[in-house]
Amino acid sequence: MTNDMTQDILYTIKNPRVTFRQRLKDMAKIAENSVELVRYTEKSREYFENGAMMDMFEGKTPYRTRYCVPDYELFLRQGSKFLMLEPPKDIWDAVGNLLCLYHNIPADGGLPVYIGCLDELLEPFVREEAEAEKAIRFLLTHVDRTISNAFCHANLGPRDSKAGRIILKLTAEMQRPCPNMTLLYREDTPDDYLRAALDTAMTAAKPSFANDALYRKDMGNYAVVSCYNVLPIGGCGLTLVRLNMHKLPELAESPEDLLDRVIPDAVTAVCDAIDSRCEFIVDDCSYYENTFLYDEGLIKKDRDHMIGMFGFVGLAECVNGVLGLHRPEERFGKGKEADAFGEKIMRRLREEIDKRPCRYGKYGLHAQVGVMEDSGGTPGGRIPIGEEPELPFQIMNFIRMHQDCDAGCGELFPFEETVKRNPQYLADIMKGAFRSGARYLSFYGSDSDLVRVTGYLVKKSDIEKFRNNEATLNEATVNGSEVHRNLHLLDRKVRGEAKE
Amino acid sequence: MRKTAGTAPVNKIISFSAVDGFGNRTAIFLQGCNQNCLYCHNPETIHPCRACGACVEACPAGAIQMAEEAGERYVAYDISKCCNCDTCIRTCGNSASPKIRNMTAEEVMEEILPYFPFIDGITTSGGECTLHLDFLTELYGLVKKEGKTAYADTNGQVPLWNKEDFLRVTDKTMIDLKAGTEKDHRKLTGMGLHNPVENIKRMAELGKLYEIRTVVVPGVVDNRRTVELGSSLIAACPEVRYKLIKFRHFGVREEYLNIPEPSDQEMEELGDLARKNGVREIVIT
Repeated sequence: MTNDMTQDILYTIKNPRVTFRQRLKDMAKIAENSVELVRYTEKSREYFENGAMMDMFEGKTPYRTRYCVPDYELFLRQGSKFLMLEPPKDIWDAVGNLLCLYHNIPADGGLPVYIGCLDELLEPFVREEAEAEKAIRFLLTHVDRTISNAFCHANLGPRDSKAGRIILKLTAEMQRPCPNMTLLYREDTPDDYLRAALDTAMTAAKPSFANDALYRKDMGNYAVVSCYNVLPIGGCGLTLVRLNMHKLPELAESPEDLLDRVIPDAVTAVCDAIDSRCEFIVDDCSYYENTFLYDEGLIKKDRDHMIGMFGFVGLAECVNGVLGLHRPEERFGKGKEADAFGEKIMRRLREEIDKRPCRYGKYGLHAQVGVMEDSGGTPGGRIPIGEEPELPFQIMNFIRMHQDCDAGCGELFPFEETVKRNPQYLADIMKGAFRSGARYLSFYGSDSDLVRVTGYLVKKSDIEKFRNNEATLNEATVNGSEVHRNLHLLDRKVRGEAKE
Repeated sequence: MRKTAGTAPVNKIISFSAVDGFGNRTAIFLQGCNQNCLYCHNPETIHPCRACGACVEACPAGAIQMAEEAGERYVAYDISKCCNCDTCIRTCGNSASPKIRNMTAEEVMEEILPYFPFIDGITTSGGECTLHLDFLTELYGLVKKEGKTAYADTNGQVPLWNKEDFLRVTDKTMIDLKAGTEKDHRKLTGMGLHNPVENIKRMAELGKLYEIRTVVVPGVVDNRRTVELGSSLIAACPEVRYKLIKFRHFGVREEYLNIPEPSDQEMEELGDLARKNGVREIVIT
């Protein structure tokens, strides 16, 4: 966005590639960014200026949290005084009540990034399956057409359920990017249910899979929201400030200097910025007191439910840069020394974050996937596209670099057609990865129209429309079209070798 | 590469494979085959290298060298320099490959162990892996010790039913049925039909048969006869799959490129035939 507000407004109101709702949202962002009232520290300003830190275009005057994760279960149990809703008696009431709340979520973008653990919320209301399918189709269609944002995320519980099966079936059938979807996988998730979910993933690029045991240990009763952010249910991700690790080699004189001086310094800069933004949201704007969600107990204002998200990208470039690695076999992802140094950086980062007292709630470490303006940093601690080693080594590397990412991380793998006939193949990989400590995995069929762009879904056909100056319903297409050009996403290594 | 005692010639190891048996498997391809099928899709796995050196000159990456040890000349292959362009394979006039590593079971095990958290087990293939039964028995034993399964992908020419040590460590076999009559089988593979049929029967009885597979090649053999025979052999075992594989031009020798690929309809008809004859699970690929 340019500094000339008139230009920005004219561009926004004339832009042929956005819908009316997207236009309204862009106009609100211009208004918000016309004043800057957050009080940043000197250290934060230094890091914004040297490019090693970024505010994710979250807005210069944040009057709401980035992510809001209401306790939908409580909401269905008690109804809502403010929304004048009784607790639901049947599945249509339940769906209706949920939709009312979705349109009243006070978070960035004005739309929910989390719409609940749908199968668990709706299973108690499933009586007759055909009726339930009709109601769930109504819900999913409404969400897709009105929320229209692939950052909107539904969860599925670890247990097999009628509602879960219906959602998987409809998801495969509808082939829409919204809502994004994650199944919270546990060791006792039945194989048969897992295979049904993997079947759906191969045709619709969702659900993804979260390691329930690991995240529950870190976050308690949690939800996967937006791309794959992990937050406590009844909580908020107040803000996300990102460390651009690919810029750190410019600040470090040696590998030791990076670990001993630059990382502690950078952690101060990022945590300061998180605190400053939280201060504005929580104290200056009285975010909690100004929403009925807080009054009705659907979100909580306490240490365990307020998360300041510490994001990072570009670990690979940081390692290669600081160690001066050029030959393919010695670079991050393949070289032993490089990978060991990468792990050391991550450990150091977490150690410094844990040392620092948090002014609002607590800090969560999040492997960020990138935004459309990015070109220099690989998402989180992933291996750059084109440099991936064989799949088992890529998975082990992913596990190793993201051990401390309690607020979410993800890795994604496109698979060939042949894999569709053998869902147990993916089940074996997934279970092995989770037992080895992986937090989150996404799979998709390399030939499907729905593709995963860093963490959310877009339709290849929508990207084409966007490039041809046509509007598409999914807001994420706007991000996706540029992200995938800059990050070469369609060049990802396709897995599942065919053999005669 | 020079062959030493206790080793087998490894042509290739694929860490994760979705098409070599149940779930995710590490596939290990051994060099050398006792059949010579007209349409072979990887003819470079048929013969051992005869050290003629033609590929040494052709290699653009300098990954292949002539070497000599104990008076024996052989082609040495350096996997770290290889760019996988397969020029050597195209150059070879002997249906062989210089990209062979002679490895002991322990060496193979060391290389594949990092894949074990993610796989159901391993599958050995070829070439014809049962030409190296002692090696397989040792490797499978090591694999079983780690709690994983061992499958053999075979053309069935080596009698397996009397190889007790081997069978003790083998979970499943996957056996080719290339033709339905003795005449067709000899024409196509150069070998008889008896052993594959006997192996299929015996392995099915032992519960050690995962699937049989038939490559459907129009005009060369009577495909209906093949499927009729195959179905009759496995109809009584509902857990055994029948895999019908479309003949494809990818990888075959130039002189067989004029054989037509079968149509989808032809494949479906053969699938229906197998189903009618009592086969429960049919995979067409």
